[in-house]
Amino acid sequence: MSAILGRKLGMTSIYTEDGRFVPCTVIEAGPCPVVQIKTTENDGYEAVQIGYEEIAERKVNRPMKGHFAKNDAPLSRHLKEFRQLVDKVKAGDVVTVEMFSQGDKIKVSATSKGKGFQGVVRRHHFGGVGMTTHGQSDRPRAPGSIGSSSFPSRVFKGMRMAGRMGGTRITVRNLEILRILPDQNIIMVRGSIPGALNSVVEIVKL
Amino acid sequence: MHPKVRQIEAMAQAEAFEMRKAKASEMSPEIPSFRPGDTVKIAVRVVEGEKERIQNFQGVVIARRGSGMNETFRVRKISNGVGVERIFPVNSPIIQSMTVLKSGKVRRAKLYYLRGMSDKKIRQKLS
Repeated sequence: MSAILGRKLGMTSIYTEDGRFVPCTVIEAGPCPVVQIKTTENDGYEAVQIGYEEIAERKVNRPMKGHFAKNDAPLSRHLKEFRQLVDKVKAGDVVTVEMFSQGDKIKVSATSKGKGFQGVVRRHHFGGVGMTTHGQSDRPRAPGSIGSSSFPSRVFKGMRMAGRMGGTRITVRNLEILRILPDQNIIMVRGSIPGALNSVVEIVKL
Repeated sequence: MHPKVRQIEAMAQAEAFEMRKAKASEMSPEIPSFRPGDTVKIAVRVVEGEKERIQNFQGVVIARRGSGMNETFRVRKISNGVGVERIFPVNSPIIQSMTVLKSGKVRRAKLYYLRGMSDKKIRQKLS
C-alpha cells in the first residue's frame, strides 16, 4: 500500500506496447514530504500526514509554521493523512512516484467538477414524465410523484429531487498505472479521473 | 493544454513512430505531408491470429481532423463496386508506410460530397 498527492494536468492518449490505443490521464504527483506521524499513544490512531507543493514562508501562518518545524518538514500548501503509509515511511522521508510502478491498480479520489443546480433527469437519471405530444408541453423532464397523499402527509427524507450536483468527493477504483516518469514526478493513469484540470487528487495503491 | 501534457503527447508520438520503425523493413516509416483530396497508398499491418502481413489500402483522403495524438484521417476507395471508407489515426503504429500518389486540387477541407459520385466524376473533381 502506498499513497501520494498530486495534481491532474490533463488527458491524452498513448499506444501501449501491444499497439492498443488507450486514453490516459496525466497526473503530476509529489514529491510529498512526511510532515507528521500520528500514533495511537499520541493521537488515538495511526496515520501519516504528508504535504504537497512547497509554498513561500509568508503564506504560512505561525501555528502552521510550528507544525512544520516540529518535524523539520518543508512548508506545503496541502496536507493530507493516509493510513496506507503507516510503517512504510518515517519522519523526514519524502514520498515520490517511485513508490508506485507500472501496472499497479490504484484508486483516485478528488472533488468532482461542480455542475450547479440540476434537475432530476441529469442528477438522478430519472426518465422524465410522459411525452411531448397530446397537448403536453412541459412534463418531459419532470420528477413525477414524490409520495402519497394524506398518509404520510409528508415527503420522505432522502427523496431524490433536483438540486446541487457535483463538487463532491468522488473515488474511482481499479485504475491502472500506464507509465511512471520519476524524473518529472508524473503518473499516467488509464482512463479518466474525477476533478477539473489542476485540481488536487489523492492516489492510493489498492 | 498543460505544457507537460503536450510534452507527453510528443513523447507518445515519438514512441508510436519507433514502433512503426521497428516493424518497417525497407519501407519508410515517415508519414508524408498530405491533405484532403490526395490519393494515397497506405501499407497497413494486419494481424491474423499469429501471423502478420501487410495490406495496402489505396484511396482518396476525404477528411482530416483532430490534433496531436487524436489526429485522424479518412480514406475512401471503391472496392468491387462498393465504397469503402477507413479512418486511420495519423500516429497509428499499424501504418507501416504511406505514400502520396497524386495530390488533388480541391477547395474544401471535407470532401464528403465525393460519396455519391462515380469514379469518373471524382477524377474530374480532383484534377
